[in-house]
Amino acid sequence: MEFLWAFVIGGLICVVGQLLLDLFKLTPAHVIVSFVVIGAFLDSFGLYDKLIEFAGAGATIPITSFGHSLLHGAMAEADQHGYIGIAIGTFSLTSAGITSAILFGFLVALIFKPKG
Amino acid sequence: MESINDQKNYKKNIKAYHPKTNYFINCLKAFLVGGFICFLGQCIESFYLAVTNFNEKTVGNPTVATLILISSLLTGFGVYDKIGQFAGAGSLIPVTGFANSITSAALEHKSEGIVLGIATNLFKLAGAVIVFGVVSAAVFGIIRLTINNLLG
Repeated sequence: MEFLWAFVIGGLICVVGQLLLDLFKLTPAHVIVSFVVIGAFLDSFGLYDKLIEFAGAGATIPITSFGHSLLHGAMAEADQHGYIGIAIGTFSLTSAGITSAILFGFLVALIFKPKG
Repeated sequence: MESINDQKNYKKNIKAYHPKTNYFINCLKAFLVGGFICFLGQCIESFYLAVTNFNEKTVGNPTVATLILISSLLTGFGVYDKIGQFAGAGSLIPVTGFANSITSAALEHKSEGIVLGIATNLFKLAGAVIVFGVVSAAVFGIIRLTINNLLG
């Protein structure tokens, strides 16, 4: 069942992105940036955690979860260290994603030849 | 008679010659491909939960890293861009699209060298995501912390 919900919720989030592209003629960069900000905003009321509980990877794989993780990590540290904790914790949960994206991106660019 | 090349009405006149956007088909494609990538993520997550000692809270890390590895390799082979042309937002919104933007920007500028080409252009497209992510996290974080402090 969790597989079905991951598919449906993940797909629906992408449909919202497609509508922003087609109807409002936004560039892909604007759409992704909006999604990250929306994800961070939804974390404010614990809404995104509920979505993750419900949809699993359907909520953690879309880029909205990047914004959510940034704020989530920041708030976890802020509980202990106050305002400076926001700076300490921002990347604590997204470190794996960013590190692997840089590492694999760099290695692939070294090895492969550009296409087209 | 109004000329079709009339500069004032250019935008209106060329509208008839634009390819029509098929909203429904585009959304269906985005839904299927985006859903499939998330389904794949769920499969990888279940695999790591069963085989390794990651728990529900930490399993996102290896899952995202694996998807990013797959996406970077597909970008290197030139496959991901073809998927992107088909799926639109379906391949853009998942974290694989983030990895694709990093790898493709690095590949594109490879000819300019490793330091000036690959390394400086790595975040050409993905930089906006990180900048807005961090700025919004800081703004929402400060607001939340201030409200929490005020409420005691």
